[in-house]
Amino acid sequence: MKLKLIYFIFGIFIVLYACNDNPYKQGKILYANFCANCHGERGEGLKSLIPPLLQSDYLEQHRKELPCIIHQGLKGEIEVNGRKYNQEMPAIPKLSFFEITNVLNYIQLNINQSDTKNIFTADEVEQGLKKCE
Amino acid sequence: MGAAGLAIGLMNCQNDAKSCRNQGGKLPIVGNRDITSQGDTLYPTIRAFTFTNQEGKAITNHTFQDKIYVVDFFFTSCPTICPKVTAQMLRVYERFKNNSNLLLLSHTIDPKRDTPDYLRNYAQKLGISDAQKWHFVTGEKDSLYAIANDYFSIAKEDPNTPGGFDHSGRLILVDKARRVRSFCDGTNPQEVDCFLRDIETLLKEP
Ligand code: HEC
Repeated sequence: MKLKLIYFIFGIFIVLYACNDNPYKQGKILYANFCANCHGERGEGLKSLIPPLLQSDYLEQHRKELPCIIHQGLKGEIEVNGRKYNQEMPAIPKLSFFEITNVLNYIQLNINQSDTKNIFTADEVEQGLKKCE
Repeated sequence: MGAAGLAIGLMNCQNDAKSCRNQGGKLPIVGNRDITSQGDTLYPTIRAFTFTNQEGKAITNHTFQDKIYVVDFFFTSCPTICPKVTAQMLRVYERFKNNSNLLLLSHTIDPKRDTPDYLRNYAQKLGISDAQKWHFVTGEKDSLYAIANDYFSIAKEDPNTPGGFDHSGRLILVDKARRVRSFCDGTNPQEVDCFLRDIETLLKEP
């Protein structure tokens, strides 16, 4: 029984390590499945209906809230790059903190070609999720 | 399964006109035809309809008299493919904005929530201020679902799908005689490339 648990934990570490090593892999698939329909394949958004994730000042300024935005959705008026948006984004509660980390890093590093110092850690996202209202 | 999906996906990447279903010439009439006892051929046509658009105006089949038009089904609170399909409808709109022979018609499948006000708001967010060109319509739920069937599309309530409605992301092209002449998967920009060609072809038809 104890041995099984150790194996289990060990297994999780391998998975975490393997994915952390390549932040795009899972993130890319998750992005395509959960975000691209609305935000567009390259994060370009759609007119005044859906805000962009590509070079979004909102994304930059609300780093701490991003895990909760994905987990709980978002509604009410917001402003992104000087344009107003007001359309409900549905919650995506089935993504784990780990999956959220990967999708955020895909947006950060691949879509926005951002510096790797801006990378999200799983810890940061897990902490962020605890603060959701 | 996955490999087959990938193969199909890759095939779809080929973007030259050769991979289009319709290769120039006259567009076929979509659907099963009947032969009457007199030997006449009957083609399936879109039934007469009355809906209400984003300005609260009645929109009927007469609105589309002597026009060809492109149809889709969506709902404003759609959590899945709608924005993707709408982005492709926008491509159609942009391309034929100045051609008065082509109109666009988007039906909500969530008439309870999507009132004309909601639809106007949605259209405005898309930058569509001219309601003469692109009608966003609502109406009786049963009529909306029934007409989807005429367009060879699918619209129904389904609590098991995200957002609670099931629908295909198809774009459908209808001629002046209310017959479906082409359709494509509105989530697939390559198929829409072909569809745009089909619209050009149909516009040339007398
Ligand atoms: C059903 C469509 C839809 C889906 C799916 C969706 N979003 Fe959104 N998203 C929106 C809308 C609409 C807004 C604007 C919300 C508002 O007006 O309050 C938004 C806002 C945002 C914002 C803040 C504004 C910005 O552009 O920076 C972020 C970040 C975001 N979404 C990320 C994501 C991520 C990551 C995913 C996938 C895990 C995702 N969204 C999936 C529709 C969607």
